[in-house]
Amino acid sequence: MEKFSQLPYFLSPASGQADRIASLTTYFIIAALFVLAVVIGLLIYVSVRFRAKPGDGEPKQFTGNKVVEGFMIGVPTLLVAVFMYLTIDTMANVMPAPAGNQRPDVVITGHRYWWEASYPGTKAIVANEIHLPVGRKLLVHINAADVIHDWWVPQLGAKMDAIPGRTNYVWTTIQKPGVYEGACSEFCGAQHAWMRIKVVAQPEAEFRKWVAQKEQDATTQLSASAQAGAAFFSHQPCGSCHRIRGTAANGNVGPDLTHFGSRKIMLAGLLENNPENLRKWLTEPQHVKPGALMPRFGYPKDSITVLVDYLTALK
Amino acid sequence: MITDVQLPEPKTPLPGATVNSDQGLLMWISSVDHKQIGIMYMIMTLFYLFVGGLLALLMRVQLMMPENTFLAPDSYNQLFTMHGTTMIFFVLTPAILGMAVYMVPLQIGANEMAFPRLNAFAFWISFFGGLLLYFSFLAGGAPDAGWFSYAPLNQTQYSASPGIDYYCIGLLLSGIGTVSTAANLAVTIITLRTPSMKYKYLPVFVWMVFINAFLILAAFPSLNAALAMLLIDRQLDGHFFNTDAGGSALLWQHLFWLFGHPEVYIVVLPPFGVLSEVFQVYSRKPIFGYPFVVGSGIAISLLAFGVWVHHMFATGMGNTVNSFFAVSSMLIGIPTGVKIFNWLGTMYGGSIRFTTGMLFATAFLVEFTIGGLSGISFAIVPIDWQLTDTYYVVAHLHYVFLGGSLFGLFAGFFYWFPKISGRMYSETLGKWFFWLFMIGFNMTFFMQHILGIIGMPRRVYTYPNLAGYSLLNLISSLGAFLMGGSMLIFLYLLYDAIKRGKRAGDNPWDGYTFEWLTSSPPALKNFTILPPVYSFRPVHDLNHPEIGDYQKSDEEKYGTKDTD
Repeated sequence: MEKFSQLPYFLSPASGQADRIASLTTYFIIAALFVLAVVIGLLIYVSVRFRAKPGDGEPKQFTGNKVVEGFMIGVPTLLVAVFMYLTIDTMANVMPAPAGNQRPDVVITGHRYWWEASYPGTKAIVANEIHLPVGRKLLVHINAADVIHDWWVPQLGAKMDAIPGRTNYVWTTIQKPGVYEGACSEFCGAQHAWMRIKVVAQPEAEFRKWVAQKEQDATTQLSASAQAGAAFFSHQPCGSCHRIRGTAANGNVGPDLTHFGSRKIMLAGLLENNPENLRKWLTEPQHVKPGALMPRFGYPKDSITVLVDYLTALK
Repeated sequence: MITDVQLPEPKTPLPGATVNSDQGLLMWISSVDHKQIGIMYMIMTLFYLFVGGLLALLMRVQLMMPENTFLAPDSYNQLFTMHGTTMIFFVLTPAILGMAVYMVPLQIGANEMAFPRLNAFAFWISFFGGLLLYFSFLAGGAPDAGWFSYAPLNQTQYSASPGIDYYCIGLLLSGIGTVSTAANLAVTIITLRTPSMKYKYLPVFVWMVFINAFLILAAFPSLNAALAMLLIDRQLDGHFFNTDAGGSALLWQHLFWLFGHPEVYIVVLPPFGVLSEVFQVYSRKPIFGYPFVVGSGIAISLLAFGVWVHHMFATGMGNTVNSFFAVSSMLIGIPTGVKIFNWLGTMYGGSIRFTTGMLFATAFLVEFTIGGLSGISFAIVPIDWQLTDTYYVVAHLHYVFLGGSLFGLFAGFFYWFPKISGRMYSETLGKWFFWLFMIGFNMTFFMQHILGIIGMPRRVYTYPNLAGYSLLNLISSLGAFLMGGSMLIFLYLLYDAIKRGKRAGDNPWDGYTFEWLTSSPPALKNFTILPPVYSFRPVHDLNHPEIGDYQKSDEEKYGTKDTD
């Protein structure tokens, strides 16, 4: 079991926005613990002090005290006023309205059960492993292809629902390079649990290089077996759901596979991306991730072998 | 001094009253007696509490360790949907209705509800609504889109099994029952009070039920309309919520939470009333700040309709809208929070008896404060942006529904058990039950605050083996089993009390309100004779004339001048 001190969540923020939220949360936790301590303290005091003793008569009957009631209303009202101010101030800071025509830096689309990211102004489209540059205030657009999903990377700031027919936005100014994990946070069906997010934050130059690489079409230098796989792929219905740029495959129901071989994870975080897992997935997708939209095609073993060779060769 | 006497009588004989009690089951089915209907509500509630609890235990087995395969994702999703739906609509809501239907006529000195047949109709239609909901398991799959059933996941193309159709029809039926009972309770309280019982003399429980009746009348139609629209979408190809055909996903959320948030107060206001009775009687003192307790109940019910968007802060509504709902949500914390201090004030200077009922009431103070404080963190929009839809919410809502409503209902159950059954229960068993249940409850749900903060989303059938997830989930599951085990003690306690319990007598706790004046259990006709009412605790005035409230001016009684 790993240590709690390693917990990389929203109270260890990595963006300006998450940082603001984390400090507001800290103030709130202090105030809440204070109120809770007062209630528990008073409760213990009255319980011990006024416990019935044998031979007690009826206690003095009184029904109120204006001064106490004044405090009971006054103190919480004051606390609420302070937090109202902090709330509205933080909201304005974390989620200012963008200019109407501002081009987003990245567009995130939630699908059942994976994430798509495209970078407007470039041809790059990726799935689940999303790269972002550090040190720049990024405008992230969020929408959904089918049902409601929710984009949530705790260390990078606010979560935001991805709602079909609507475009939402969040801002994030990532402060340090690193890998940040997140998950779909709105119940979206059978595999809501395996719709995890991996954000790789990189310095600007590295990020540009990565985008340029992702703009490339699919690899064409393939081994004989991989070529057989490519042919098999193009003759089967794969392309009606998946896209491989540079080929006829142009679907958008499943993840873009143009650079599939360069990914570390598959199935939105369920498995490590390696040939063995890929073979398992292609053979019995509904055993590996029940409820995912990938049907079981029942391809013969050697067809799956060449398909695995082809897909892992797509770097 | 108390001299004159009032004799309330039902104007016409009631059909159920003519059935002889030795006709057994038929007597119950045909009954229109508010007490028998109240008891049937409570039995139904207890049954569904066990069913809903069993679903929860299955879920906790699945979540005991990471990447567990005990349940398939589909089954898990059906379980959590049915767990939530059952607990909200077939445990908490009928439990408060059952208690109200049983106690309100007794507390206001009436012999029946205003509409006895409507009362029976409302119970039976709720009962059959529940059966129909559970029939879905046999009819091709239970609903699986959550008790909130968000659009467009609730549409046929995303949830093809008939589960959600059963969800619509089952909840519509029980919703009709709930609205009927609310109207019935409101009319009963307005028209059937013993003539000298002015509004300012209503027991606090009756006040809370009265306020609650209007809350139900305003909130449930929104749900019922949404359910009818969803049924039209699913059965007749309507486009209200179907985004693929141009419908709006957010419209469902607005309609649902316009009901759903008031529902939280619907199931907590009557327990507030129950607790006010329990704190008074076991502390031997009148409630501290009666006008404030009632007034804050009214404030809560009004504010309840201005807070629904705090369930939707992550839907991208914009800062202006969000600020409005943030402010109203924080404001509702003030009257709610102040009630806690009213109850502490009631205990202050008293002579407190820690019976099982009182233990649940005092534990409520702590658990509900935790639930209320974590609730404020959702009103603070930026915190909500991090924590909504995580296990932190699961923790919060269980502290409110279970640590709040259910603890309050248990307090009332143990307080009124001698009246309803005519028997005393074993305090030893009661205390065992209380402590195990309370420890199990906190073990289960306190951990979930931390799980949410470290990033575990809710409604997931499994989770990766990340730092902390496994240990906290294991503790949570063990706590759930402790809670489940303690419920068996509760069952044994009931059996033991009914079988071997001592006779309770009319007023074993030296209670303050009219129900303690009649026999235990009350006869079919509640009262033949009642004293006039001079304060909100008439039986106390009767039994303790030397310190009775009737001697005091209104200023002394309430801290306010008589303006009546």
